[in-house]
Amino acid sequence: MSDALSRDDVAKVARLARLVLSEDELDLYTEQLGQILEHARDMNSLDLTDVLPTAHPFGVTNVVREDVVTPSLDREVVLAMAPHAVDHRFAVPRILGEAP
Amino acid sequence: MKSATQIAADVRSGTSSATAELERTLTVIEQRNAELNVFLYVDVEGARAAAAQIDARVARGEDVGPLAGVPIALKDNLCQVGVPTTCSSKILDGWRPPYNATVIERLLDAGAVAVGKTNLDEFAMGSSTENSAFGPTRNPLDPSRVPGGSSGGSAAAVAADMTAVSLGSDTGGSIRQPAALCGLVGVKPTYGLVSRYGLIAFASSLDQIGPFAKTVADAALVLEVLAGHDARDSTSLPEPAPRLVAHVNDGVAGRRIGLVRELFDGADESVVASVRAAADALRAAGAEVVEVSIPELALTLSAYYLIAPAEASSNLARFDGVRYGLRVSAEDVTAMMEATRTAGFGAEVKRRIMLGTYALSAGYYDAYYGQALKVRTLTIDAFARAYQRVDLLLGATTPSVAFALGAKTADPMTMYLNDVFTIPTNLAGDPALSVPFGTGEAGLPVGVQLLGPGRSEARLFAAARVLEIADGRP
Amino acid sequence: MTLPDGWEMVVGLEVHTELLTRSKLFCGCANHFGSEPNTNICPVCLGLPGSLPVLNREAVDFAMRIGMALHCTIAPSTFHRKNYFYPDQSKDYQISQYDLPINSGGYLDLPDASRVAIERAHMEEDTGKSTHLGGSGRLAGADSSLVDYNRCGVPLVEIVSGPDIRSSAQARLYAAELRGILIATGASDGRLEEGSMRFDANVSVRRPGAPFGTRCEIKNLNSLRSLQRAIDYEALRQIELIDGGGVVRQETRHWDENRGETSTLRVKEDADDYRYFRDPDLVDLAPDQAWQDRVRAALAPMPAARRAAVVALLAAPSEAQLDAVEVVIDLGLERYVHGVAAAGGDAALAVARVANELAADVDHVANLPVDAFVSTLAMEQRGELSATQAKTVLGEVLRHGGDPRAIAAARGFEQLSSDTLGATVATLIASNPDEWSRYRDGDDKLAQFFIGQVMKLTRGQANGKAVIAELQARR
Ligand SMILES: [Zn+2]
Repeated sequence: MSDALSRDDVAKVARLARLVLSEDELDLYTEQLGQILEHARDMNSLDLTDVLPTAHPFGVTNVVREDVVTPSLDREVVLAMAPHAVDHRFAVPRILGEAP
Repeated sequence: MKSATQIAADVRSGTSSATAELERTLTVIEQRNAELNVFLYVDVEGARAAAAQIDARVARGEDVGPLAGVPIALKDNLCQVGVPTTCSSKILDGWRPPYNATVIERLLDAGAVAVGKTNLDEFAMGSSTENSAFGPTRNPLDPSRVPGGSSGGSAAAVAADMTAVSLGSDTGGSIRQPAALCGLVGVKPTYGLVSRYGLIAFASSLDQIGPFAKTVADAALVLEVLAGHDARDSTSLPEPAPRLVAHVNDGVAGRRIGLVRELFDGADESVVASVRAAADALRAAGAEVVEVSIPELALTLSAYYLIAPAEASSNLARFDGVRYGLRVSAEDVTAMMEATRTAGFGAEVKRRIMLGTYALSAGYYDAYYGQALKVRTLTIDAFARAYQRVDLLLGATTPSVAFALGAKTADPMTMYLNDVFTIPTNLAGDPALSVPFGTGEAGLPVGVQLLGPGRSEARLFAAARVLEIADGRP
Repeated sequence: MTLPDGWEMVVGLEVHTELLTRSKLFCGCANHFGSEPNTNICPVCLGLPGSLPVLNREAVDFAMRIGMALHCTIAPSTFHRKNYFYPDQSKDYQISQYDLPINSGGYLDLPDASRVAIERAHMEEDTGKSTHLGGSGRLAGADSSLVDYNRCGVPLVEIVSGPDIRSSAQARLYAAELRGILIATGASDGRLEEGSMRFDANVSVRRPGAPFGTRCEIKNLNSLRSLQRAIDYEALRQIELIDGGGVVRQETRHWDENRGETSTLRVKEDADDYRYFRDPDLVDLAPDQAWQDRVRAALAPMPAARRAAVVALLAAPSEAQLDAVEVVIDLGLERYVHGVAAAGGDAALAVARVANELAADVDHVANLPVDAFVSTLAMEQRGELSATQAKTVLGEVLRHGGDPRAIAAARGFEQLSSDTLGATVATLIASNPDEWSRYRDGDDKLAQFFIGQVMKLTRGQANGKAVIAELQARR
């Protein structure tokens, strides 16, 4: 497995997750997450090379619905939940970059 | 306190009324909620209206269902139309869902009365209900101690005699562990038996909704109502609900039960003693109990604490301040999302989001998430091999009885180790339950855990019922 | 356009097409373009906490149709989450297929006989749409944005070609042929202007035979013309950059149609860590043979086969006729040509009439049954209608329906009796002796002169072929 978790790793992960950490939090999380990952390395005690991963315990396949239109939500109800709505749309402050 | 089975019988027969049962519930909540912090929201008006309607229907001679007039408490990660649903997080404070979870529809159709929403560890991440933005819940059996978690509020509601039954969700033990710490029956059903539609996801491949009750029969009654295929959940088993209540008294004669060393090793002495006594009780009732070892279970904690956070990191991305819930204003949308999430999530949630984000990120996926999925395969195979030899497995639910508030909050790893016995079955997708058996430190209840292969709920209830009787609750 | 000597462009296209399902990919909201904002939304497509996706069967059928039309292998597939924060994406992840797509390993043969590999054609969900306020209405410089989630969760298939395209013209041909195929499968309406089909182009340049150069991706091209222009511009830009000693940087670029140039949109960076993983809310998709057979059986013929079938009716078709065939196939109107051919009529004439008269009023072809078209052309061929009259009759039937014969009669398009025609021709011969003698001496071009004169005198009611027959009889 990879080397120990660094402070930079934690900072990068926080950015990816849209979280802002203070300097103290960075230190704390680096230590705590490092411990958890350290514990996770006990998985390396097994040779898992030939083991297939299981993402899900559910064996059923091909679950589909018919292509039928069902009622949508009342727009006013939905927009009432929005922190900010303008002109029947969800309003957000300016977007800095294009979507990937 | 009357059982749910009894309440339903009384309401259906006219001996009691839904309104009377509800008022009794509301009175107890009034008396004890301030001290215990069980309910985050009590839907007094809605519940009274629902109870009155049930009484009217009974008066008209209608069959109002198997949970007629039974007040029920709901973990606050289940969506109910118009009722505040917070997941004990500031990020959802004030949000009222425009739709019902499938389980809530089924409960209401069965005549139950939804009383309100109970406290939990934020987004179900925790084992003590101390990670709530709205303060910890206290254990009704000893308010200086935790009720367990994450469904601590739902466990406490039943333990405090507020309601006879309640719903929780179990991702790594979040029903069974608080059930053990509060002296209740708590059930984690087979993955897919109960629809997750309307359950605010923590880790989608692990989450299951299940009941808390004082008796095995009540737990079976509620689960029978919850179970059965739901077309709105792609991971719902395509089959009708099993018959459970009818099998509660089937006993264990002739069953082979494996006492799993890895599921009680390292637990407190009193817990180990309870598990061994439970094995004896099952033997006395005609089961063959054999000691088994499943060494693979030792690695499941590590796998779980990568898989669950990985899924959670993605499930909780949607809380971004755009469509609902909290928004903390900022100049641009990225800063707004960051400010909102930073202010809205508590420390444990942030910790797990970051852990999961890391485990999935480029360069680390194979070493962490990928590796954990392989351990999951080993876990599933190991259980399957065990179930070729025995019908059920027996172990402890928790390493100890209820611990004091604050005792395990300093170090996350210490808290995580609480789940070591409950996590394996979530990874496998198999059912398990906790049933009180004996007592430990300070006379507090101990829970023993029964585990079975997929769809073996009826068998589990029958074995639990044997232990219930042997423990002096006929 | 040709590149400077010694340079070659390498292009791969990613084409997104919305599917013509009634409901969205994972919920029952209407998949409808042009609804009032935020009226086609529900807990699932709005990503409300606790909601869960359930896959639309019809979307799977359409995806398989596309795969089959592109000669792909259909394989068991899974859905992944592509995680990134963006306000038009209600869950802050996109459900898409990743390492196990439903369709892979196909190809598309183009009319110019080249073949382009299809790497994959996978299913995914569309995002919502943002409107930008302030500034110029574009993202850059806007003060705030408004999001409409009607499009969020609409089913898409993304078709990824191999890096096999070597010119912008070939890219355009590929896009046009693919569009025809998508329409033929019934999976897409191919409406570029509504964004139901969108192109991204990966462009790099190299010296022939050299390894691939660094590529840039040009996003969201929404017409065939933009696609071609953007690729040309981008290839030249890269060549100039390299010739000037620069290095091409891997980035996403935006095409500005008005200025005719591409510009940097975003540079690939660390933040592009999408943390793909299997969506635990969805199960594996593995259509069995029976399901696949059912879909295959319902698949209509593809443009290439349809084109070949029409061309086979023409003797030594000219370039212009082949272009006309293309129009016929594009509009899906070849049934008229086949109807005429089956009735023993002139297929070339039918192609011409369809590519012109019918194409001009394509929205009304429902008013024109194939047999009405066949009988109109038969009248024209028999000389009962002049070309002009036949076109008029077709136009009338297209607009209002009705029986061509009755319309011709009502308009007075009676054929000139041969007596009247004979008398008219005789008069013209008498009054144009020079022309007549030159015609008699073998100058066939003068036939046109006489036809023109006859038309003038009869106000277009004569039939050209009948005039020639009359002239020849008197020669
Ligand atoms: Zn929807």
